[in-house]
Amino acid sequence: MPLPSSALGVMEASAYAPEVLARGLPSSLRPQQQSEDRGEPTGSVAGVASPLLSLQGIGLSFGGVVALADVDLSVHPGEIRAIIGPNGAGKSSLINVISGVYQPDRGQVLLDGISYAHVPTQRLAHLGVARTFQNLALFKGLSVLDNVASGLAYKVRSNFAGQVLGIGRSRGEQRDTLSRADQILEFLDLSAVRDRLVGTLPYGLQKRVELARALVAEPRLLLLDEPMAGMTASEKSEMAGFVRAALDRFATTVVLIEHDVGVVMGLSDRIAVLDYGRKIADATPDEVRNDQRVIDAYLGVASDNEDGAGI
Amino acid sequence: MAAITSDFSFMPVLPKWVVPVLLLAFAYGVVPLIGSSYLFEAILLPFLALSLAGVGLNILTGYAGQVSLGSAAFMAAGAFAAYNFNLRVEGLPLIGSIFLAGIVAAAIGIVFGLPSLRLKGFYLAVSTLAAQFFVQWALTKFSWFSNDSASGVIDAPRLSIAGVALDSAIGRYLFALTIVAILTFLAYRLVSSQTGRNFIAIRDNETAARIIGIPVLKTKLLAFAISSFIIGVAGVIWAFAYLRTVEPDGFDLDRSFQILFIIIIGGLASIRGAFFGAALIVVFPLALSRLGGFLLGDLFDSGVLDMSQRIVLGALIILFLILEPDGLVALWDRIRRRLLFAWQST
Ligand SMILES: Nc1ncnc2c1ncn2[C@@H]1O[C@H](COP(=O)(O)OP(=O)(O)O)[C@@H](O)[C@H]1O
Ligand SMILES: [Mg+2]
Repeated sequence: MPLPSSALGVMEASAYAPEVLARGLPSSLRPQQQSEDRGEPTGSVAGVASPLLSLQGIGLSFGGVVALADVDLSVHPGEIRAIIGPNGAGKSSLINVISGVYQPDRGQVLLDGISYAHVPTQRLAHLGVARTFQNLALFKGLSVLDNVASGLAYKVRSNFAGQVLGIGRSRGEQRDTLSRADQILEFLDLSAVRDRLVGTLPYGLQKRVELARALVAEPRLLLLDEPMAGMTASEKSEMAGFVRAALDRFATTVVLIEHDVGVVMGLSDRIAVLDYGRKIADATPDEVRNDQRVIDAYLGVASDNEDGAGI
Repeated sequence: MAAITSDFSFMPVLPKWVVPVLLLAFAYGVVPLIGSSYLFEAILLPFLALSLAGVGLNILTGYAGQVSLGSAAFMAAGAFAAYNFNLRVEGLPLIGSIFLAGIVAAAIGIVFGLPSLRLKGFYLAVSTLAAQFFVQWALTKFSWFSNDSASGVIDAPRLSIAGVALDSAIGRYLFALTIVAILTFLAYRLVSSQTGRNFIAIRDNETAARIIGIPVLKTKLLAFAISSFIIGVAGVIWAFAYLRTVEPDGFDLDRSFQILFIIIIGGLASIRGAFFGAALIVVFPLALSRLGGFLLGDLFDSGVLDMSQRIVLGALIILFLILEPDGLVALWDRIRRRLLFAWQST
């Protein structure tokens, strides 16, 4: 039985804004490698390169609350991998495990073939992983430009004395940082608010600035925790367009968390569904749409799903 | 918390450097000609020393978000270190002693900054009290620091740079002004650099800062080091140029609080704020005592003055925290914008 359309009320929101994609890219920023099998169902997983990220038997609990139970997940290069599930299903916990904010009680995280019991957060940017947060985690006291520029802080090699005196490699570094931040701002259509304090922007724009801060590092793996939560339908479709455009431009692999089933259907290649910390389905959007356990998990929360305000 | 990252940007039409340069030209070219010795001794010298201490604490607390109640300890460390370098190292120029004193204060700052790697907010503030009590205790306990002087109060060395004596009130003023101007300029450069952005990032969201690859532990300790360096040099100015004696007593917990109040009233995370706050803290007691003497005559003795000072200051701080958390700087900018607007629309 297919999902009743009310539960998928925001399906059309995933159609991405064409003007975003049509925008020309400077050749220096063109992706080196386009993902080959875009749009193709991942039935031919065997032919795909080894996973960029894989989770094996992840378990995590807080006191008596089981947030994640024996979760496996593999993410292949170039795909948009959605993780959906009702509130409290463990989606954010999963991203926190991948980014080292939480240490799992059990299981391994394999990044690029290296296995971690606890992902080293401090090294995350160097490993090519960037993320956004479900609840905004911007630096309120910094301008939009400086917030985005801070996404390149992990690369800075000049020391404070060089920066203060403007000598050594600090000048070139500063110029490079700001110009790359400016390019991302332009890409995400944020140039107009470049010098505003980030806290003064409307919520939807702040979400986009956070995406910009993650993207500026040109990560190989981008973890997005409900980038469209609390947005209007048109904001959601715009954001979906940006996510897709970012993937095409930087050849980034995306793990996209959504509370809202509809949004991800048209956007993702494969969808994992969590419910009470367990993975209850992991398949293509079409298969997930028709999966009885998914329908059961979602029907119970269909009404609070409508506005997509999963916090 | 204050969100002013672009200090000195308060003239919308003029380039950023115009106002500071004009102020400096006035401070160097006009003030020495018209100032009385009272102005230098009682107002400008303590103002400069406290402003610099405020700049130092603002880097740590305003920008990097690490609360400290140990400022006076770092001032004392700077003052005593400069005294001893000057006394014991043959042929070291005064500037060299002052620089090394800053380094000593920075080293002590790093040691007492170590708890910040685990503690935050109130708990960190309490742990920085350890610096305050330890340094004062050590300086009183070991008479070596005061060259075994019986009273513990020692005369500061005479100020001279490149053979030019700077002992007069004007000379000491120019000496303090020069050091404060240079360090303030460097502090301004710092807070607008990548390192300054890292400070603010750690203050605003430590988890996000760590995830984007800012070296959080290193950056916190760097904030302690730089802040303590500047506060240590402020201590040298306080002892050598203002009081002209070096003694542990003036660097007590009251002084630490005073510097914290300076940046709260002036404006957190604002270089200008330290100067606004210091001006208020220095001028306010003098104004109050004049006013009290005028209104109450002999009834207004030093006890009453001290008490009323504390009451009014306490009330002011509460008012600022509630009504203007971004401090005098924000107030000033708003008034200026209004005036500019009124002027433009006429
Ligand atoms: N830091 C935490 N402390 C205690 N419980 C937590 C914490 N983080 C998550 N949980 C619990 O784990 C479960 C999963 O939460 P979460 O991962 O945020 O779900 P989702 O993102 O899918 O809404 C919830 O029951 C939540 O209360
Ligand atoms: Mg969540």
